[in-house]
Amino acid sequence: MKWIRLFQVLRPLPPHARLVAGWLSFVLPVLVWCIVSYVPFVWHPQVRITNPGSVEFLQPGMRMNYAAFESEVEDAQRENRAPPQGDLANPIYLPAPHEVAIALYESFREPPLAQNGQWLHQSLWHSIQIIFWGFVISSIIGVPLGVLCGTYAIFSRINEPFVEFFRYLPAPAFGALAVAILGIYDGPKITIIVIGTLFQQVLIIANTTRKLDVALVEAALTLGTRNTKLLFRVVVPGILPDLYRDQRILLGWAWTYLIVAELIGTMSGITWFITQQARYQHFANVYAAIIIIGIIGLGTDMVLALAGRRLFPWDRSLVKTA
Amino acid sequence: MGGRMNKIVAPQPIPSYLHQSAAVRARFERLKAREVILEVRGLSKIFGTGERSTVALNNINFTTHRREFLCVIGPSGCGKSTLARIVAGLEEHSDGEILLQGKPVTEPGSDRGMVFQGYTLFPWLTVKKNVMFGLEINGKGKDEAEQQAMQWLDLVGLQKFSDAFPHQLSGGMKQRVAIVRALANQPRILLMDEPFGALDAQTRCRMQAHLLEIWRKIDITIVFITHDLEEAIFLADRILVLSAHPGQVQEMIEVPVPRPRTSAQFLAPEFLATKARLEELIHQSKPEDEDAESYSMVVRLADVNDNVE
Repeated sequence: MKWIRLFQVLRPLPPHARLVAGWLSFVLPVLVWCIVSYVPFVWHPQVRITNPGSVEFLQPGMRMNYAAFESEVEDAQRENRAPPQGDLANPIYLPAPHEVAIALYESFREPPLAQNGQWLHQSLWHSIQIIFWGFVISSIIGVPLGVLCGTYAIFSRINEPFVEFFRYLPAPAFGALAVAILGIYDGPKITIIVIGTLFQQVLIIANTTRKLDVALVEAALTLGTRNTKLLFRVVVPGILPDLYRDQRILLGWAWTYLIVAELIGTMSGITWFITQQARYQHFANVYAAIIIIGIIGLGTDMVLALAGRRLFPWDRSLVKTA
Repeated sequence: MGGRMNKIVAPQPIPSYLHQSAAVRARFERLKAREVILEVRGLSKIFGTGERSTVALNNINFTTHRREFLCVIGPSGCGKSTLARIVAGLEEHSDGEILLQGKPVTEPGSDRGMVFQGYTLFPWLTVKKNVMFGLEINGKGKDEAEQQAMQWLDLVGLQKFSDAFPHQLSGGMKQRVAIVRALANQPRILLMDEPFGALDAQTRCRMQAHLLEIWRKIDITIVFITHDLEEAIFLADRILVLSAHPGQVQEMIEVPVPRPRTSAQFLAPEFLATKARLEELIHQSKPEDEDAESYSMVVRLADVNDNVE
């Protein structure tokens, strides 16, 4: 293959290269992680003790900095004591890929640590519900408002300046207020997701609506279309594929507010799981949980993208990006 | 297509474009005897206000009769598209009035159909549903609308594409659907704003013949905007010639080319005479041709001995 073909401005890749590159985007980061984890001379700033020797404060499995270990070995050798032994290791907060993989598998099999604890899938399910309701409530308000703002200048003028202002307010800033009003359980969490999503949603959807080809509206006008029919039979179907795409992006947005939202009130869901595991220094489980969030997010989006192609067979922009 | 006939010498001296054969004259008499469909009186359009305002159209007057084919032609910037949009009700006018069968036009309505230069079929509807759109909006039942839509598609030979989406059609097919979508509402007048401008030359020729065929078969008055002289002569009964800056009526030309029209008539003396007159009008209307001036400014970059002419 000619390498130069991989570097053409604004041209699609050959299909084979496209597939390979797509896999590489995941393989490369994992490869970096493997190298850092499994190749001893890359990083590995610590020593994991296998045999404490004559050093009293050391125990098998302990980790210590390489320099400190060296000086203990030197001390022991000088005094003709048994030197401690150990393997080069990474810090505990960077588990190796296979450890995380095992943790991922075990987290669905092992019962929770705490007695009243939740399984990983229970925590996840709770988080998904928070996201779902946050996103649904935000959309019920945000989508119609956005479409109205994009369609009628009067709605845009009355709403958008305030929305512009409000979207700069960090959603977590309303955490304490939300707890005071809605209690400590799911209410304030959903509220944070709504606040984080809604204001962006209105603006993005208003903009999408404004991008509708005005010639389509004019064509409809000359066919005798009026008022609300213009809105429901031309504007809404006209923007539907783009609106759907916006919703996919906004759903991702909602996920990013999840962790902050779950810290509010009683900690819950995947955040509770992650915090709990970190407290026990089960970092492999922490990574496992984080990776699962990614998988769920990407998985949902891929399913939605696929569904979009089925729902809007006339949409050309989907073909271009796919 | 502009100057492709320039070098062809007419077999006999070109007659005046004002000369009409007896048959043509009789046709025009019949045409003018029909009732007036559209009357434009003292129409003006000014864009902007105060010092920044520009006069797009200045005191336009003309009438069209039922089943007339009127072309509006003029150099770019003469406001011919604006004129069509004002008649359609898509744009407000500053002064004067537009009467459709005696009633003033104030807003868009299904009594005036329009075909645009760009493709404006609704991409989310199939071809059939596009044609049904206006019918349903105006209160027809679904079955009736569907039945009529299929008849209209039959008229332009696109029945078998009724379930295709617009993006699956060629440019010419899209405009055929756009024409019948507008006609399905049975408007009194069909406004066409350079509808074939985006098509290649061959498709455009076919579409012109096609349009005449449709026009012959149904009771419709057409106002057709174009900048293509030959297109205007080939299609029109009368041609309204506008000048630019501001847009004003220069002349209303009665095309002396007999009907039915065929592409063979492109070389007919009446055709050439009309074209000569149009060229004269259009060229004199832009005395400061910026493009022509800039040609002489082009520096010679090829070798002096390497001559191509």
